Amino acid sequence: MFWTVTLELLRGFAKTLELFALTLAFSLPFGLIISFGSRSKFLPLRWFCRFVVWVIRGTPLMLQLIVVFYVPGMVGMWARNQEVSNWFITWLASWQVIDRFVAAVIAFIINYACYFSEIFRGGIESVSVGQYEAGQVLGMTKRDIFFRVTLLQVVKNILPPMSNEIITLVKDTSLARTISVLEIIWCADNLTKQQGILWPPFYAGVFFLVFTGALTVIFRQCENRLNRWQ
Amino acid sequence: MAFLEVNGLSKSYGQTAVLRGITFSIEKGDVLAIIGSSGSGKTTLLRCLNSLVTADSGTIAVNGEVLMDAAAPAPSEAELRRRRLHFGLVFQQFNLFPQYTVMQNLTLAPTLALKEELRALPRAERHAERERRTAQINARAEALLRRVGLENRRDAYPCQLSGGQQQRVAIARALGMDPDVLCFDEPTSALDPELTGEVLRVIRGLKGADSTMVVVTHEMEFARSVADVVIFMADGVIAEMGTPEELFGNPKTPQLKHFLSKAEEDV
Repeated sequence: MFWTVTLELLRGFAKTLELFALTLAFSLPFGLIISFGSRSKFLPLRWFCRFVVWVIRGTPLMLQLIVVFYVPGMVGMWARNQEVSNWFITWLASWQVIDRFVAAVIAFIINYACYFSEIFRGGIESVSVGQYEAGQVLGMTKRDIFFRVTLLQVVKNILPPMSNEIITLVKDTSLARTISVLEIIWCADNLTKQQGILWPPFYAGVFFLVFTGALTVIFRQCENRLNRWQ
Repeated sequence: MAFLEVNGLSKSYGQTAVLRGITFSIEKGDVLAIIGSSGSGKTTLLRCLNSLVTADSGTIAVNGEVLMDAAAPAPSEAELRRRRLHFGLVFQQFNLFPQYTVMQNLTLAPTLALKEELRALPRAERHAERERRTAQINARAEALLRRVGLENRRDAYPCQLSGGQQQRVAIARALGMDPDVLCFDEPTSALDPELTGEVLRVIRGLKGADSTMVVVTHEMEFARSVADVVIFMADGVIAEMGTPEELFGNPKTPQLKHFLSKAEEDV
């Protein structure tokens, strides 16, 4: 019994990790781009980025999952029932229900990119102007100043809030069960229902604890490394 | 023609005129001290020289080459960088790169410049050239560290150094780009009194070695003993300019008289 449950939960946890890894891999660069956008001198772009961040941070992730998963199918259905027909309606009519897992990944990436963008923005603004100026008077390009001078200082400044957010992401993946992605909590719940045993959800908690524990250790080591300089 | 020529430099922020027609020139090897109370435009003048601030009008020329002409169209990013290298700047707050060691602080910008140069070379020649030039850059950095007396701290991080030592590293870093004119923005203002001496000694030691320097300073004794030319600024204009003997010995304007008597009180 224990091994069957373990295997089943491991299968679910593999899905959880996949969602976690994909979200992290795409939301970090995407968040950096949004943070540049919300610092842009081109005001419409800045307002647009800040508006998006406001909407995404201001609504529940669970609702965003539902929107990403159901809305494309609903739009397609609506368009196919229209009397009028033009290229736009035809295009909308081609919208299909998307895969549950893909929908979850998209919703998570958008949501976390917005949170990360705010952390990046704070980190970039916390580096003193003097660092940019020092790079400038030494004849460095803007690109070199960013990548060789400020980036590591930004990383150092944002590591504590970032590790916090990433650990939250590990646990947030369980929200994907709202749209029936077969991640670990869904699996544990399913075992309880099918086998009439209560302990799989608690056992699933152990998986989370071990993984977040490992992440905590890794982040602590990164912080220690960066603490060699002020 | 003088080595550094500044002509009719003006800069306003909104309604506030910070510089109002600054004109002066100095010769190669001269040390120019700029004194004046805070808010008189000294720092803005230095920042204009280093293209950190774009003047509204006026020109700046070094060795006959016009490096800034407010009337001309804005230069490209690459051109701006090239022009900037005629000037070096030592900041009040040092602005060393905290994540790099002393040695890396000195070699970073030259190494990046080398990378850009190598791109122009045929691929086959790059490797040998890189080796040769990197050795040069390192040797140069070592020599500069010896010059500011910090050869034994080459692997330290800035946070492990005293303020005076950090500022000496910053001076070495600025020298490493071989600027025509080295500028200092109140180089000792952020230091404890007992640390100013070592920094001023280093600056004093640079004099003569055909380095032209512009020093914004509150250290009157230093200005008097090291400068060849002193400018006293007040309200965005040069109120008085001359040799240290003229300005300190025989101040003509009431503002300078007032400024000097106040500076004496503070000592």
